Amino acid sequence: MDLASRRDDVVVLDADLAGSTKTSDFKKVAPERFVEVGIAEQNMIGIAAGLAASGKVAFASTFGVFASGRCWEQIRLAVAYPRLNVKIVATHCGISVGEDGASHQALEDMAIMRALPNMVVISPADAYEAYAATMAIADYDGPVYMRMGRAEFPTIMPEDAVFEIGKARVLREGSDVTLIGCGQMVSSCMKAAEVLAAKGVSAEVVNMATVKPLDSAAVEASVRRTGCCVTAEEHSVIGGLGSAVAECLCRTSCVPLEMVGTKDTFGESGSPAELLSKYGLTAEDIVAAAERSIARKGRA
Amino acid sequence: MAECSVSELENIANKLRLHVVEMTYAASSGHPGGSMSSAELLSVLYFRSMRHDPSNPAMPDRDRFILSKGHAAPILYSALAESGYFPKEDLLTLRKMGSKLQGHPVRGKVPGVEMSTGSLGQGLSMACGIALAGKMDGRPYRTFCLLGDGELQSGQNWEAAMFAHQYGLSNLIAFVDRNRLQITGNTEDAVGLDPLPEKWRAFGWNVQIIDGHNVRQIIDAIDKASRSRKSPSVIIMNTVKGKGVSFMENNAGFHGRACKPDEYEQAVKELKEMIH
Repeated sequence: MDLASRRDDVVVLDADLAGSTKTSDFKKVAPERFVEVGIAEQNMIGIAAGLAASGKVAFASTFGVFASGRCWEQIRLAVAYPRLNVKIVATHCGISVGEDGASHQALEDMAIMRALPNMVVISPADAYEAYAATMAIADYDGPVYMRMGRAEFPTIMPEDAVFEIGKARVLREGSDVTLIGCGQMVSSCMKAAEVLAAKGVSAEVVNMATVKPLDSAAVEASVRRTGCCVTAEEHSVIGGLGSAVAECLCRTSCVPLEMVGTKDTFGESGSPAELLSKYGLTAEDIVAAAERSIARKGRA
Repeated sequence: MAECSVSELENIANKLRLHVVEMTYAASSGHPGGSMSSAELLSVLYFRSMRHDPSNPAMPDRDRFILSKGHAAPILYSALAESGYFPKEDLLTLRKMGSKLQGHPVRGKVPGVEMSTGSLGQGLSMACGIALAGKMDGRPYRTFCLLGDGELQSGQNWEAAMFAHQYGLSNLIAFVDRNRLQITGNTEDAVGLDPLPEKWRAFGWNVQIIDGHNVRQIIDAIDKASRSRKSPSVIIMNTVKGKGVSFMENNAGFHGRACKPDEYEQAVKELKEMIH
């Protein structure tokens, strides 16, 4: 794995899920810098903090539910408060985790991570961006929470894209509505923009891979052109990207905002496609939200 | 640093206790009881056993000390100030607005404080990470971690204990301040910890049991633990909460409150009589 060769101070910690999170690839090339902690996420965070305090760049990886919730207070005290150089890489986030069911579907993780001072929250749009973001956070000195999904999603970002923390990217320009997505929902936003274009609606698509700190300037610039907004995330509408954008818009430009995300509910077992459909997380749902948002323009 | 004698270390321990009583009194709050029970340990660590340099807190091969029972911050601050990390006058700013001496220790705010603690049960994991980094990099430093006994009711300690054994962290030395009191009273009446040595042995640790107020025993136990080449070590120190002041000893009430004015006069008098 390129991370191992890029920096010799990177250490990877795993909580018995290396095969699933793919940290086993790192273990193959740098076994002396791979730390298996067993099924003990709280301990993993403390160890990561100790390693970081000793000059290491500590990457701690496990499923999103455990990486954020199981050890939230450990992250708060040991990592965020002293601003230590720990990267929490959460995989299997969102409802598209599928068959494992609600116990394993992280839909609240960005909310609780975003609430922590000093914490950067990143949700890359695809595999290429996840790669670039991994290299970027390795070089950034401070705590980061990066969330990724499990299901196969189309790649939409350029393979050689450079990732800049805190910088949104406009993937498609438009004038009628701004679609702001993060993670896997960015590709759904792109699909929605196609559908809207066929209906004569010009949608701008913004990839907001860094959910915190939010690129407020990019949000403001886009809604100034379009006059309304939709957010899309595989996460609860409470506390995630939608909330972050709402916090921004209510301070600056009060334009209509519709949020696509789970509506204060747990998920369930099913195929990713079935679940995305049932919980309102498809491109069609984004299209409908865009039409609602546009219809609200000019109304209070 | 010149090596202090046993009697000097005993004297320093009581000086640290006096700081604890004075600073918590000035703050009108804080945790004197569990600070005073570990006074001899902090005296031995900072004035004899640890390799450290108060004028260079970031010295790469310094021995590390993690106060997992972060509420005992007053005794740590006292040891740091007494050994020269910052002026002793600063101690009286404890818990006050704008002070670096927060109610619980904060990394980066106070020279000599290695990690932020205060939420119990986390320090041993942090110490494991520091000790592991030392092993990875072939550094000679040791990592010391002071645990409260009530704190051991928290499961994360035992995750860390298993980990330290698995990774052969022989450069890690933990202490348990076994004063047998937590806020609500006797630890054994809350969720009991006995038989404590057997628990640690079962987790693969070298175990020593000593009188935590006997300076000679503390020195020898640390020396013995430092010779371990395979396993982490724990030193269970039988101690008395509030040690050094007659009416504070074995009094759970002084876990989390400072002396009142009349108590303060008495406590200072008792401690000053022991200090030469």
